[in-house]
Amino acid sequence: MQPGLSFEQAPPISVPFRFFLTAPLFGMAAGLLLLWQGPEAFTSRWTSVALALTHLLAVGFMLQAMCGALLQMLPVAAGANIWQPRRVTHLTHAGLTIGTLLLVAGFLSETALLFRIAVPFMTISLGAFALIVLIALFRTPAQGPTIISLRIAVFGLVVTIALGATLASAFGWQLALPLTEITHVHAAWGLGGWSMLLVAGVAYLVVPMFQLTPPYPAWFTRSFSITLFFLLAAWSLTWLPLQRPDGLQVALACAAALLAMVFAAVTLRLQGQRRRKVTDPTLLFWRVAMAALVVAAAAVVLQQLNPGAEDYAGVPFLLGVLLMVGVFMPVISGMLYKIMPFLNWMHLQKIGRPGLVVPNMRQMIAEPRMMMQFRLHLAALVLLLGAVPLPWLVYPGAVALIASCIWLEWNLIVATRNFARFSRELEERLAKEQEG
Amino acid sequence: MSGITSALQHHHKLCDEDFAGAEEAAHKGDWAACAATYGKFRTEMLAHFSVEEEVLFPAFEQRTGMVGGPTQVMRSEHVQMRDLLRQMDEALAQKNADGFGGAAETLLIMMQQHNMKEENILYPMCDQALGQDGDLQSRIASGLTV
Repeated sequence: MQPGLSFEQAPPISVPFRFFLTAPLFGMAAGLLLLWQGPEAFTSRWTSVALALTHLLAVGFMLQAMCGALLQMLPVAAGANIWQPRRVTHLTHAGLTIGTLLLVAGFLSETALLFRIAVPFMTISLGAFALIVLIALFRTPAQGPTIISLRIAVFGLVVTIALGATLASAFGWQLALPLTEITHVHAAWGLGGWSMLLVAGVAYLVVPMFQLTPPYPAWFTRSFSITLFFLLAAWSLTWLPLQRPDGLQVALACAAALLAMVFAAVTLRLQGQRRRKVTDPTLLFWRVAMAALVVAAAAVVLQQLNPGAEDYAGVPFLLGVLLMVGVFMPVISGMLYKIMPFLNWMHLQKIGRPGLVVPNMRQMIAEPRMMMQFRLHLAALVLLLGAVPLPWLVYPGAVALIASCIWLEWNLIVATRNFARFSRELEERLAKEQEG
Repeated sequence: MSGITSALQHHHKLCDEDFAGAEEAAHKGDWAACAATYGKFRTEMLAHFSVEEEVLFPAFEQRTGMVGGPTQVMRSEHVQMRDLLRQMDEALAQKNADGFGGAAETLLIMMQQHNMKEENILYPMCDQALGQDGDLQSRIASGLTV
């Protein structure tokens, strides 16, 4: 059978759902930490609290949801089969969940032992995930810009993990390493290499599909991922110690930021040309994310062109909020609101038989509930951005972030419970039909 | 490139257009407009399924001997989409905007991923296997004209 033609290769519904249900919990934890620490949290990007916050969102929320979605998507959309899917799922989920806890506890308590445990644990589990996914992506016969973007994205994840392990080892064993430089490169690959390219690869598929927009232009999909990759790689090399050509470094960083801005602009334009006129929460989440990406890219350019900006601690906080709370969390929430209801429907189809009515996507999570979470998240974003000039706004901002994550978690729980309820009802109806 | 499947590919876009119109009308509560556009969309979808199931797939299966393969997957997805159309029929009859919108949203994703598979995998296979068959091409074209 041709790969990619059937959902038969789709993993059991519990595989992606466990990741999706875990992610918002770490978002809540980040909100609580922010509420507890207040403006102290962003006096510098190098405080243990700032590092803990970053990893609660980047690994706990983002990477958790992204890995779950990728495990679901690869066999179905990319025809790429995962080796030992069940074991990989357990290992990756444990690696992400326990790993995030170890890292965050390590940062907050500044305990070397926790990093010594986290390093082998996370390197093995996440490294194995990345390598297995990369192999699957190179073995699939499917082609196209999405596959190319995903391959580069997962390569970016490998770089991020390797640098992260190096940094954590430096904390665990007190190694004398150029921590500042490695951290810059680690963060750039995590956000710009892995996360950005994953979103782009997925966007090529789902933006036209969800809203009936024209496809992304071929000139764009052909060049975006590979250009961003080379810019990041060249920029990373400029950080090698002893040879730091400042002008080139700034130019490369600006070029990468502008390229990301082009992606956001193209996406917003395509969505503006959509034939589907009904606006749904997923569309709103995507539009907020793309608008935040435009602002974030502009902020990176301004920061690069004003060398003094580094000293102002508000800048890293601003960029962190824009990218994580503004770009990636909204994209992920918007995607979960399509993925979970559709997976529910698809798996229910397998229980029923033709002609037996299966509840549709909107019966899995009601739209007003998603809209409510969208508003809460938008409030969190605006308040946290406002906290840069007005630090006290961090308190209502943190409360809004916690509320948004609780709401998201509850919506996902409702979807999961509805799946169980509808499965039971379908089975009962089928049993009754057979008796009759 | 004008393989024998280009008319089907083009027809997907036409269906998308009417889908969007029907969905918007239901969303606004304009049930008269919805009934008209949805009726057109439904007829187009069913004609499209019939052409594939009765003309294209049998020709492909006969030529390649691949009977239980991709064409079978496409047929079973047609069954699922027919079920969703039936849900939309009922919602339209009851002027149930939420029911219509929910079934429409589900159909949209089902339909788009189905079209993607056809356009990226199955249609190129058909074009390659069946070559330039004028008779087949005209039967496809006439089946799509409703």
